Amino acid sequence: MEQPVKKPEPHDRDLHPRDRGGPAQPMLIARDIKKHFPIHAGLMNRQVAEVKAVDGVSFSVMKGETLGVVGESGCGKSTLARLLMHLMDRDSGEIILDGLAVGEYQGMPLGDLRRSMQMVFQDSYSSLNPRFTVEDSVAYGPSKQPGVSKKKAREIARDLLEKVGLRAKLFGARYPHELSGGQKQRVNIARALALDPRIVILDEAVSALDKSVEAQVLNLLNELKAQLDLTYVFISHDLHVVHYISDRVLVMYLGQVVEIGPVDKIYASPQHPYTKALLECQLSMDPNERVDQAPLAGDPPNPVNPPSGCRFHPRCPFAEDICSSKMPALGDTLRAGRDDHLTACFMAQPGSGHSKAPTQADLLKRAAAHPAPMEV
Amino acid sequence: MTDATSDPISFDQDADLPQAVVRGYWASVWNRLKYDYVTLFCLALIILIVLSAVFAPWLAPYDPEKSSMAYRLKPVGHDKYILGSDEQGRDILSRILYGGRVSLAMGILPVALGTIIGGIFGIIAGYYGGKVNMIIMRTMDVFFAFPSVLLAVAISGSLGGGIQNQLASLTIVFIPPLCRVAETAASQVRNMDFVDAARASGASTFSILKDHVLITVISPVLVYASTLVSASILLASGLSFLGLGVSPPTPDWGLMLSTLRQSIWVQPLVCAIPGIAILITSIAFNIVSDGLRVAMDVKS
Amino acid sequence: MNVMAPAAAADTLVRVQDLKVTFVSREESVSAVNGINFELKRGEVMCVIGESGSGKSVMMRSLMRLHPPKRTRIEGAMEVDGYDIQGVSEKQMRQLRGATVSMIFQEPMTALDPLYTVGEQIAETVRIHENIPQEAAMKRALELLELVRVPSPERRLKAYPHELSGGLRQRAMIAVALSCNPSLLLADEPTTALDASVQIQVLVLLRRLQKELGMSVIFVTHDLGVAAQIADKVAVMYAGRLVEYGSVQDVLLNPKHHYTKGMLASTVAEQEKGRPLGAIPGTPPDLRALPPGCSFAPRCRAAKAQCRTELPPETDTGGGHRVRCLFPL
Repeated sequence: MEQPVKKPEPHDRDLHPRDRGGPAQPMLIARDIKKHFPIHAGLMNRQVAEVKAVDGVSFSVMKGETLGVVGESGCGKSTLARLLMHLMDRDSGEIILDGLAVGEYQGMPLGDLRRSMQMVFQDSYSSLNPRFTVEDSVAYGPSKQPGVSKKKAREIARDLLEKVGLRAKLFGARYPHELSGGQKQRVNIARALALDPRIVILDEAVSALDKSVEAQVLNLLNELKAQLDLTYVFISHDLHVVHYISDRVLVMYLGQVVEIGPVDKIYASPQHPYTKALLECQLSMDPNERVDQAPLAGDPPNPVNPPSGCRFHPRCPFAEDICSSKMPALGDTLRAGRDDHLTACFMAQPGSGHSKAPTQADLLKRAAAHPAPMEV
Repeated sequence: MTDATSDPISFDQDADLPQAVVRGYWASVWNRLKYDYVTLFCLALIILIVLSAVFAPWLAPYDPEKSSMAYRLKPVGHDKYILGSDEQGRDILSRILYGGRVSLAMGILPVALGTIIGGIFGIIAGYYGGKVNMIIMRTMDVFFAFPSVLLAVAISGSLGGGIQNQLASLTIVFIPPLCRVAETAASQVRNMDFVDAARASGASTFSILKDHVLITVISPVLVYASTLVSASILLASGLSFLGLGVSPPTPDWGLMLSTLRQSIWVQPLVCAIPGIAILITSIAFNIVSDGLRVAMDVKS
Repeated sequence: MNVMAPAAAADTLVRVQDLKVTFVSREESVSAVNGINFELKRGEVMCVIGESGSGKSVMMRSLMRLHPPKRTRIEGAMEVDGYDIQGVSEKQMRQLRGATVSMIFQEPMTALDPLYTVGEQIAETVRIHENIPQEAAMKRALELLELVRVPSPERRLKAYPHELSGGLRQRAMIAVALSCNPSLLLADEPTTALDASVQIQVLVLLRRLQKELGMSVIFVTHDLGVAAQIADKVAVMYAGRLVEYGSVQDVLLNPKHHYTKGMLASTVAEQEKGRPLGAIPGTPPDLRALPPGCSFAPRCRAAKAQCRTELPPETDTGGGHRVRCLFPL
């Protein structure tokens, strides 16, 4: 069993009864996760290409925090969610839940993972079984656990429905098609909480909802997090929502992490040009602040055969020779503390060879401005 | 908006729809079905036909196999034989009633067996995908490649006549199409988020197949199977007609049609009666299956 | 913004008066649109903002007479470019669609035919309305792809819809819609399915094209940010009624209706972290059984007894800023 070195951090929360590693042990560590999908074609069904959906992603999620994961379609964020949940086998990499490697010898059995980590899916026609009543959908998980009776599972379900703001008497016996989008999403949340997880992965959990309902559900998620002592991984393409709900943010581009750091640092001073552009793409609600020029040209590229070097370089306004030949390193996200801000861009790395890279003098200046220096 | 921060628990309640009548799935299917009078009529008709076949010994006025040289080929409305008599002087009504037993059994049993076997293979192929799917579905395709009549005749022909062999050959004919329907439905369910959610909650593959996949696959398969009942009656009749089904003295609609064929110029109406029986039964099954399809569609 | 001459009759392209759309079936009737009035000038962009089930798409589709006539009851008057939409013959309507009014959709994949190349589809639309040879039509298709700024248009002309990315498909659909120089473009959430970086490209493009071609646009969206980017006029729809109408500045910066204010408060954009969002409680009303008074009253925090019984009239609060509320903000 591996224990990554962590600097001890002050912690103000009481420990969860099922806690193992103590407050400094991250809730979840993902180390160098890879998933490539082969593409077969032709008469002989030979492999002709590979989609590098998730290509060496490492990060940790601290206990009680919300890690936001953002990126455009095709960046691999949904694949990452399914890999973390073990709904899909990863090609390589390691997932450690509260100090125990999942699914490995002497590690955590998959069944325990199921109880500790759950997922909320995007509201869509396929998120709930149309043949199950709301109560059945929520009770299904608990009823499959050893030693939980049908009756007990139903009790759990009814309690949870009340907790997510649906009166069990009124909604328990309904079918999904009798619910509005927001109500369905509450059921999805209740179902994820039915096994009393410690960490919940929310994959575009509010993206399909109307704005007024989205706000209701976000409020609910915050309430539940505090009430049930949860840790969230919040995956979304909506940067406003991620800003509101996250403590730290991870930005993905074509299967890789390009930037990770505390939400305020990322939003106030994004280091990666991709993050910068994404933030500029957020629409203002003020009609007097109109955009005349799209901040980012072109479409999100295809994850089949991604570009060499830095994967963002074909769309990057600051790309130089080095960007297409070498891949910028992100740094060790697992050793970084919760206030560290890491960027996989040559412009943020002194001596990288990029003309805009900071000099030693710049770094000293920056260190003076910010008491906690950036890791370089 | 400082006043908008009240407890989230009370959301969604006050402004909600008035409490809808909540029913179970089958109850809601019935609720839709009960306004579909054509389907209900055909359902009643099928029940009537089945009952009359079951109670044939009590209902039939004569022994269906007893011939009478004096009363050969009597017309419909004859004093003694309401529906006339055949070329051996046997009562058509009695033979239709008794013949319904074989014909209905041949309509329903092969389809039922095919549904179970094809359904299981289809669910396994659809849910597992990959190589398992390829092996099962390519095998099915081999059978599917032949026209069903040809396949039934070929299998029956090689197995020989008789009721068991007819049953076996018809079952084999119906497995591939039912397997295909089940496979399509199961492979769609496999990619649904609620199946992933069930996996994420630690449910075993068997539980998922039983609880999530089966319930979704069952309605398209049942609907399709009910359309096959009429096809099965027709195929069975065809086999009997060719002499590959039941052997002669036993009454069977297909067989009756076959033997009465020679007398078509003498008593056209009498000769048509077994055909009419087949027609009415098949149409009734078709309409009921159509009605079921509409009623079982959850979103309608 | 287009500077328009003082409102003369000829300036008005679209006039909708007391439009009501009801979907009738054996079991129930759904009142999707319940009395809408507005006028749209030439060269003006109107955004219709509403949530799912507010009737915004239904209203727009009725402008193109796309609803099945047997199951739809339409009351009121609609006039586009001088044509009475209710009164024209089916043949005339076919001519109007595409040439005078055309439409773009949320999902270009379902609006484009997967079996034909993009070029063929644009050329086909051109040839329906203009009697020109295929070659000329293809040339026009190329021009149109250039107009919507599709990179390397010659190559894209021969591409099938599935070969294009989401953003390019949306541009191709816009090219199809613009192929016959419509004076009115109806846009049904055309950017909702796109990534933010592509959405902004399409919005900038649409605004530029609208100015270049002098089109009027009715743009349906649920996203206030999109409206802020593109609209001249904003109409907020709730339960089939326009609850607020006015210039984009008036409506978004100085909302008068409690629903508009609630939408603005619940849209997540740089709110203070850790404080609950100002969500609107409850769910939209059942369109099969609308409450007698203001439809928003059951969810409104400022509602009084009067609101539940009396349907608020449209009142002008000044400068063409109209609101349907008994106690406006």
